[in-house]
Amino acid sequence: MSNVRVLVGTRKGAFVLTSDGKREKWDVSGPHFAGWEMYHVKGSPADPNRLYASQSSGWFGQLIQRSDDGGKTWYQPGTPPGEPTAAGPPKAASNKFVYDVSAETGKPLTTHQFYDGTQHPWEFKRVWHLEPSLTDPDTVYAGVEDAAIFRSTDGGETWQELSGLRGHGTGPMWQPGAGGMCLHTIILDPSDPQRIFIAISAAGAFRTDDGGKTWKPINRGLYSKYIPNPTAEIGHCVHHVAMNPSRPGVLFMQKHWDVMRSDDAGDSWQKISGNLPTDFGFVIDVHAHEPETIYVIPIKSDSEHFVPDGKLRVFRSRSGGNEWEPLTKGLPQSNCYVNVLRDAMAVDSLDDCGIYFGTSGGQVYASADAGDSWNPIVRDLPAVLSVEVQTLA
Amino acid sequence: MIRLILPPHLRTLSRTGAEVALEVEGPVTLRSVLDALEVRYPMLCGTIRDHVTLQRRPFLRFFACEQDLTHESPDAPLPDAVVSGAEPLIVLGAIAGG
Repeated sequence: MSNVRVLVGTRKGAFVLTSDGKREKWDVSGPHFAGWEMYHVKGSPADPNRLYASQSSGWFGQLIQRSDDGGKTWYQPGTPPGEPTAAGPPKAASNKFVYDVSAETGKPLTTHQFYDGTQHPWEFKRVWHLEPSLTDPDTVYAGVEDAAIFRSTDGGETWQELSGLRGHGTGPMWQPGAGGMCLHTIILDPSDPQRIFIAISAAGAFRTDDGGKTWKPINRGLYSKYIPNPTAEIGHCVHHVAMNPSRPGVLFMQKHWDVMRSDDAGDSWQKISGNLPTDFGFVIDVHAHEPETIYVIPIKSDSEHFVPDGKLRVFRSRSGGNEWEPLTKGLPQSNCYVNVLRDAMAVDSLDDCGIYFGTSGGQVYASADAGDSWNPIVRDLPAVLSVEVQTLA
Repeated sequence: MIRLILPPHLRTLSRTGAEVALEVEGPVTLRSVLDALEVRYPMLCGTIRDHVTLQRRPFLRFFACEQDLTHESPDAPLPDAVVSGAEPLIVLGAIAGG
């Protein structure tokens, strides 16, 4: 029987939630890395026991943690997993994210637009998202703030920037959103190992078709009334993008405002907000087996980061957008004022697709019936930053 | 031996106790003590000072002998009591946030 493992990153540590295929009873382990901000924890599709975690702190900076046993034990890649033994030269570079400034790789631009409109140098702050390769457990991508994408091919021991992203020419027009200038979404195309999609707040979405050497903005059709030119190629605050692996050319996007879809791998986008009560939000995800069934959690507005009307509602569309139904069974429908952040929703791939999301109030909700009904796995964790799920044989 | 007191989170990372003892070759300075610490405990690289610039992280402070050494030159000699091991060098997380 299959099992599921839910990986939860919070403001004060990481938690691993496990259950069998019924998804009724859960074991909770954690907090791992207690007291640290865990922006993201994700497992390798090629080796489910290989997990990567982004650990950070305002005091001590960024760390990368890795587990080779499904989250039971962790270590920083490149450092001895046990007690420190022989002295030697420092070799811990797993948290060394250095922007590429070499001439050989395209002279990446080194400034971006700051809050006051001036140009500002790129400064590494943290890793928002870790995306393990679909085929190689030792290859993993990192989306970082200030926005850039890095890749490790040695299990997280060392990182190299794919600097063509910053170097393609629009970098000086990128600017930070309220949460910082972060690269928060990385999607690997299962049908084409050379194709990667990424998204940046606030620059927009980009795609590479050559494994990360060159990138192009894919923002045609986005309309953002809060920027000087609402249809500009660059400057859109994309919050999250999702894809069903069976249809890698179809993308769904939760923008700052607006829910969008693309049927041509991002070359053009159409608005599908339809009858949503508000189309501001952060998360968006796709059913594992029904590629036209999508989920969002509307948030009241960008000035009120909580669900509207005190009701926590997941909205589902079974028609690829525009027609949405509220899913409320098991979710609080009064006096609820939580937020759900961009990486805090995930789907499993069991026959009855499971949907999971975590809130700023520390609840992690699960649905074992594609959203028809919900139950909290845990209610009182620290504020949830990310939720990922692994379906285990 | 130089005695070094780390903040709790760094003790967890380095799997050490409240106090670390370090052999430091040559002049005992903030730089040489942190160099020795990172050689002995490489998992702490980047946590006290930046990997590349070696600048102190903004919310960390260095105290010893009831003195704030945070803004001293990293190459300034540390107090004799630290060099002799009579007093520890303290790496302290500044009080910030909630």
